[in-house]
Amino acid sequence: MTFPITITVNGKSHEMEVDPRTLLVHFLREECQLTGTHVGCDTSNCGACTVLLNGEAVKSCTVLAVQANDQEVQTVEGLASPDGPYTPIQEGFRQEHGLQCGYCTSGMLMAGTALLKEIESPTEEEIREHLEGNLCRCTGYEMIVRSIQWAAEHPDGIPVKIGEES
Amino acid sequence: MIPAKFDYKLATSAEEAVSLLGEYGDEAKILAGGHSLLPLMKLRLANPEVIIDIGAIQDLSFIEERGDHISVGALTRHRLVEQSDALKEHLPLLAHTAGHVGDPQVRNRGTIGGSLCHGDPASDLPAVVLATRATLVISGPNGERKVEADDFFTEFWETAVAEDELLTEIQFPKQTGQQWSFQKFNRRAQDWAIVGCAVQHGGTPGIGMINMGTTPVRAAAAEAALKSGATNEEVAVLADDGLSPPSDIHGEQDYRRHLSQVLLGRALANT
Repeated sequence: MTFPITITVNGKSHEMEVDPRTLLVHFLREECQLTGTHVGCDTSNCGACTVLLNGEAVKSCTVLAVQANDQEVQTVEGLASPDGPYTPIQEGFRQEHGLQCGYCTSGMLMAGTALLKEIESPTEEEIREHLEGNLCRCTGYEMIVRSIQWAAEHPDGIPVKIGEES
Repeated sequence: MIPAKFDYKLATSAEEAVSLLGEYGDEAKILAGGHSLLPLMKLRLANPEVIIDIGAIQDLSFIEERGDHISVGALTRHRLVEQSDALKEHLPLLAHTAGHVGDPQVRNRGTIGGSLCHGDPASDLPAVVLATRATLVISGPNGERKVEADDFFTEFWETAVAEDELLTEIQFPKQTGQQWSFQKFNRRAQDWAIVGCAVQHGGTPGIGMINMGTTPVRAAAAEAALKSGATNEEVAVLADDGLSPPSDIHGEQDYRRHLSQVLLGRALANT
């Protein structure tokens, strides 16, 4: 059987029939062609697949696409507009070298985005607690925490357009 | 890794969910937040032919103060329980413990009813239900019935909720004037507790244990000692009395016995 769904992803409506067992992460990657959201552990441990569902961070490997029907999803592709500046979180990861292999990065960016929406100036402890659900296989946590601190300290980011040198 | 094929039914009310359960019986499973069920389905530990999604039933998500107790709707997500001002004031043990379930993403999706119906001895919230002596409200084809916490967790991953029934609400007595503590020991932040405990005392003592048996269990001997005025040390050594904790990759039975006494000691020292 298939089930008709409409999900708004990064502001764009996606209407289609899906097999109900389709996971949200596969819907995003394969149907919406948004491969910035990664499949990591696939068991809701690592957080690489973190996206915002109605503004809240969720692990998209443990949400069925049908559960997101009529709702709004934001993925890492929805952070900076195509020709606009990076968001403070993205710029923070650039300034503070918040990524090594990059596998966990989109999940970290989305978890960090959710955190800063909730707490404007989180303490280091609050950042670490909020990232409980995101694993970095390079163990680069120090720089990830610093990147989010940078974003909190620079709420306007640095207006450098993607592709330009700062 | 995706679940095996299933038929998907969207219930728009508790009545409709119960009616669908009546229609499909043991072929069906209720899907709430999906954070217990979907991992089981992906691992093929559960293979329901029909999924009844109750996620859209707004009426089942609420936190309401009603006289001497607080009612929490079964579909209330952990995040809301964690952040509720009413619970922080009247049931701080529940609000605090909800903030230790999984990680932030899990708490944004997982629901209190889903966690309880999963009946996992390793999960956190059943210990609070036992310690506070909550009452569980279950809807079925013949209307509503109430089950006491002690009768709810029946076997490993099994609860008193029958195939054609739906947990709709949990009624927690307020903790007015009582002291409380929640202890959870694990190796990584988001892991299940190797052992844990939820404790309240001052009025009605209650000690719910995590991962100390095949079901969520009460530390009855320690509770009785606490009630009779024994010292913290005397109570703590009874944490595992009469219980049969599992041995697994995270710890042997003896280790869990020792750990339960240490954690109960810490909990009592904190109350």
